[in-house]
Amino acid sequence: MANDPTHQFLVNKIVPIEIGGIDFSFTNASLFMVATVAAAAGFLYFTTSRRGLVPGRMQSVSEMSYEFIASMLREGAGTQGMRFFPLVFSLFMFVLTANLIGMVPYFFTVTSQIIVTFALSMLVIGVVVFYGFYKHGFGFLKLFVPAGVPGALLPLVVSIEIISFLSRPISLSIRLFANMLAGHITLKVFAGFVTSLGALGAVGVAGAVLPLFMTVALVGLEFLVSFLQAYVFAVLTCMYLNDAVHPGGH
Amino acid sequence: MFVTPALAESTPFEIAQAETPAETHEAPADAQAVQPSGEVHTETGVAHGDEHADGVFPPFDQTTFASQLLWLAITFGLFYVLMSKVVIPRIGGILETRHDRIAQDLDEAARLKTEADDAIAAYEQDLAKARAEGNAIASAAREDAKAKAEAERARIEASLQEKIAGAETRIAEIKARALADVGAIAEETATAVVEQLIGVKATKTDIAAAVKSSGGK
Repeated sequence: MANDPTHQFLVNKIVPIEIGGIDFSFTNASLFMVATVAAAAGFLYFTTSRRGLVPGRMQSVSEMSYEFIASMLREGAGTQGMRFFPLVFSLFMFVLTANLIGMVPYFFTVTSQIIVTFALSMLVIGVVVFYGFYKHGFGFLKLFVPAGVPGALLPLVVSIEIISFLSRPISLSIRLFANMLAGHITLKVFAGFVTSLGALGAVGVAGAVLPLFMTVALVGLEFLVSFLQAYVFAVLTCMYLNDAVHPGGH
Repeated sequence: MFVTPALAESTPFEIAQAETPAETHEAPADAQAVQPSGEVHTETGVAHGDEHADGVFPPFDQTTFASQLLWLAITFGLFYVLMSKVVIPRIGGILETRHDRIAQDLDEAARLKTEADDAIAAYEQDLAKARAEGNAIASAAREDAKAKAEAERARIEASLQEKIAGAETRIAEIKARALADVGAIAEETATAVVEQLIGVKATKTDIAAAVKSSGGK
């Protein structure tokens, strides 16, 4: 089954834990969540420990990611949205690091599990709904009633707005999950071609060159996708948070 | 329920989608059954061929959801706390310090520039003053020299005038003396001429009167 492209997504128990009949085992997924947090937090912590006035290379990377997310959030949700900066920054760094760690061969990709991406999406939408109602009360529902729509069309527009709002956590989670999953499966399939063709002898080795190039190209693409999906996740989070901060401002 | 490995390999997505709804109800029972083999699998790291005979596409395996959610909550929660309490304030502090420092340096530079401008203005002023002074000194010296030259000239002219006057006096004296001599000579000559002509020695008084009357003409 070494060639099974879905084998890499299997969740295996490392330390079985069961509480109240529910399985809370420490699995390879948990291990890589810990690794993600350790890598991201460790990088950000140790590269900035010198607090250099003139940043070194690594400190620049940390500062750039900080300013990247800060400007993204400021553009997306305005100055009032900056209170969510720790959330957006954490989400971006977590997703990005998880995606990049997943690119290492034999490593588990945390974000290829739909429950993880869905939980992160629900966290975002939960914050949006909670903060929206907390800050604006029922005024938050203006989100579903765009200004300047004729009365006759209002029921239709409002129902569309509600459906689109409800589909947000789904689209947000599926986008990240499906991208990571599909990318890793494709990589595995093409890499599998290389070994199976190579086993066929001289002709097979010659034929394996093509999927090998494809695999190399796909690895590059997947690194791009890893960054891009983390970016998209963060941008959409900023947009949704903007709704919570300014529900009337479509 | 049983899916052959070959089928699982060929279309993982479709199987997952087809199987998931059915799987939902049976998941707990399956999970119990599969757990031991799952553990063996982890330890060896080698697949045995029909490992996921339950046919669930791994990411949709609901038996793992509770554990993943718990560990995600723990790890992401910890990450969030680390970010918001340690990393973000630190990077924010670094950026702010740098921002302040740059603003401070710019202020300092502006201050130094003003100082330099002031110094240049003062220098220009001094230079203009020095130039004016130089001009004044030069013109004073010129005036002085001119006055001196004028005085010298006047002195020399005066002395020349004096010398001329002296010379004229002397000339007049000499002339007068000469004229006086002319009378005596004329008298002598006249006496000699009269003696020669008439053989009479004319008196000195007559001769003098005669010379005087002719000389007066």
